[in-house]
Amino acid sequence: MLFGTLIYGLINSSILALLAMGFNITFGISGVANFAYGAIYIFAGFLAWIFLNSLGINYLLSVVISIFCSMVVGILMYQLIILRIRGLIMSEVLATFGLGLAIMELFRYFDFVGFRYTLPVFFDGSISLGGVYVDYQRLFIVLIALGLTLFLYLFTHHTKIGLSFRAIAQEERTALTLGINSDLYGALSMAFGAGLAAVAAIVILPLGTIAVEGGYEVLINALAVCIVGGLGSTVGILIASLLIGYAQTFTANYLEPHWMILVSLIAIAAVLIIKPSGLFSHQKELEERI
Amino acid sequence: MKKRKERIDRGIKARSEDIFALCSFREMLYLLVPRAIPVLGLLGLSPFLSAYWQEIFISTAIYALLAISWDMLISCGLVSLGQSLFYGIGSYIAGALNYYWGWPPLLTLPVATIGGGLLCTVFLLPVLRLRGIYFAMVTLVIPLMFLRLVEATRILGGTEGLTGLDSFPTQLTALYVIQLALLAALFGFRRIMGSDYGLVITGINDNDRSVMNAGINIHWYKTQVLFLASAVGSFAGAFGTHIDMFAGMPGFALDYAIMPIAAAVVGGMGTFAGPMIGAFILVPLSEILRALGALRIVFYGLFLMIFIVALPEGLFHYIQRKYHQFERWVEVEK
Amino acid sequence: MSSSPMLQVNNLSKYFGGVKAVSSVSFDIAEGELLGVIGPNGSGKTTVVNLITGFVKSNSGKILYRGQNITGWAPYKIINLGIARTFQMVRPFYQLPAFKNMVIPLYSPRVKKLAGGKYGDRDAVALDLLEEVGFERDSFVSYKVASALPQGYLKRLELAKSIALRPDLLILDELFSGLSLAEVASIVPIIEKLRFQGKTILMIEHRLKELFRIADRVIVLNFGEKIADGLPKEVIESEEVKKAYLGIEED
Repeated sequence: MLFGTLIYGLINSSILALLAMGFNITFGISGVANFAYGAIYIFAGFLAWIFLNSLGINYLLSVVISIFCSMVVGILMYQLIILRIRGLIMSEVLATFGLGLAIMELFRYFDFVGFRYTLPVFFDGSISLGGVYVDYQRLFIVLIALGLTLFLYLFTHHTKIGLSFRAIAQEERTALTLGINSDLYGALSMAFGAGLAAVAAIVILPLGTIAVEGGYEVLINALAVCIVGGLGSTVGILIASLLIGYAQTFTANYLEPHWMILVSLIAIAAVLIIKPSGLFSHQKELEERI
Repeated sequence: MKKRKERIDRGIKARSEDIFALCSFREMLYLLVPRAIPVLGLLGLSPFLSAYWQEIFISTAIYALLAISWDMLISCGLVSLGQSLFYGIGSYIAGALNYYWGWPPLLTLPVATIGGGLLCTVFLLPVLRLRGIYFAMVTLVIPLMFLRLVEATRILGGTEGLTGLDSFPTQLTALYVIQLALLAALFGFRRIMGSDYGLVITGINDNDRSVMNAGINIHWYKTQVLFLASAVGSFAGAFGTHIDMFAGMPGFALDYAIMPIAAAVVGGMGTFAGPMIGAFILVPLSEILRALGALRIVFYGLFLMIFIVALPEGLFHYIQRKYHQFERWVEVEK
Repeated sequence: MSSSPMLQVNNLSKYFGGVKAVSSVSFDIAEGELLGVIGPNGSGKTTVVNLITGFVKSNSGKILYRGQNITGWAPYKIINLGIARTFQMVRPFYQLPAFKNMVIPLYSPRVKKLAGGKYGDRDAVALDLLEEVGFERDSFVSYKVASALPQGYLKRLELAKSIALRPDLLILDELFSGLSLAEVASIVPIIEKLRFQGKTILMIEHRLKELFRIADRVIVLNFGEKIADGLPKEVIESEEVKKAYLGIEED
């Protein structure tokens, strides 16, 4: 049982990390709030389904198009909504949340509800690791999560675009004087975040069905991981998702499943009270407490 | 010749400052009419609504109280994503007092208000020292925690909650109790924020180190503000319990957390009247849209989004500006 | 004048991570004295002030105010004892008019106590205090929103907010920075009047000429350590101080 819990804990953590990454890039790293994140996740999933099933397009192509469309949605959101309220965080949060709400419930209205809405897995079959059966898709998820984390870390620390993202969040005026077009990079960061949400959706949704409720859960989970790990820190996301992922899996296997969420919530509250900026954030100690 | 827009206070505003308002009836009316509208509008019109609309009205008033409570916290720099905590705690206290000991609403309401205020303040005390955004996140998490705790431990009625509680003697009593509470909160908080005490609170929001530097213990002031806000929120919860004759897990629902914030953003943060107006727009709107089924939330979300983008300062700020000032085009001076 | 010093700082140290901001600094201030604190940028002057006023907790060392150990106290408690400070980067309440800015210090417990519990019209007192620091009454500049005021006035506002607390020890952190010679010349009399009223003053400054005219004694900090302590003209002659400010000549 222990070994199985360890393996599935890792898988759960990878899922959480994958979910959090897109949210982190926009909110944590670039300082732009995108609370329509869960909606974009679901949107990408449904879009891929539509391309595949209603239009008969090849699956790989459907996936690529839907990721691309999500990125476009991200840019549109920035241009039409965020641009007008940039800097007013509460307004950004509520406006994007309102839009996300509208998108998700629109799918529900058009009856995108039911068990027939699933995406095919990339790899069929499973492998036995020390007596525990793990399907290839889940292993694929772990690999993607690791790969993306590495990529994002290098991206935000070593590429011009990545560094610009961090610049506009930390000190926008200075970034502007250095010739960094804050609006361009803000839009790009939203596009990236949306794209990452789509990637996460494509890889994770095959494990179950595409459900509108999933959108809400994704948002809360992503937020939780980012808070515990520290907004903006890629390493933090990794550690936080491991912590929360394992806490959830252990609780599900050794206690009862409905205690799972309570454990995560307690973990969040505890971290916030003890070290508010998260475990690995870049915020200075002085700015946390008054 | 280039022109620019200039905004100046209206003559009548300047004439009605301070004691000069007593000069003539025009000035007095200028000051009284905005205050009279909510008072007369609420107290005067509500008894004539149909039973269905009276229920909506009461529900709106409850949300308005939560929105005003939220606004008080934001005036001090505390962003609360957990108004549902206040509602839930107030709801359970009143419910438990009524269910286990048979206390009537007359007693449960005050006890739940003060007790709820104290309890919530104690829960949130450790987080008061954190910066705004962290306070916000913890307030989001704590009500969800309580929800799961009640579900898991099955205390206080567990998932079914406490049912069969007492209601108010008449619908009219309920109507007037909530309205008087709402008006008291509205005018009371506005008065507080208009005084020097309110100035200190605004200062804490603006620049807390500077207030610390003035020899003022900001944590004590924040605690007081938290108590006031949570007491009002707990009252809303206690009142709602007796209206629904039920206290349970839905008291901690996200709806009670999100709606007040939306109302405040739509109506205008920091003004107390704004959140109230926001609630009186959003709640009936949500009710009217119910006929559309699932499409209702779609419209709701879009409404919220468009409003925030088009009028980020909020309705009340806009109305206030138009009422007190006028704009005109002037030539740009050389 | 009492024989024991008003403020005693003993072996105060503060480390930020690996950086030694303040390293075993000790000095005294006598009642009624005007002590200047000078040193190159980054020498720890503002940190010392933050440590004395409780905004930052020290790693080691003691601070005694009139014999009372105030090390580790919260800022509001220290300020209510009678110590007031200005901030180097002014911190006014930008959304409020200048005189409303003053109301907040007037709301503090210390002022309430000194006024015997009753205060009267804070607005009027605020306007009077502002006039004392040079806010001309007939120009109605006191009614302007703080965000509309130029730096000279903001510095004066900062000073006024500290004076409003009726401190016995006034700490001024680079009050003159960013001001023109004329503005500095107009503020110096205000400081001299405060001295005449018997207040003790600690001034951190970069403008040595103006400071040395009014200071009784000067201490010099460099890289967190005190390298000189004495009369202004002694300190300015010291080799160490010259080296710290000007550097050594390369052969």
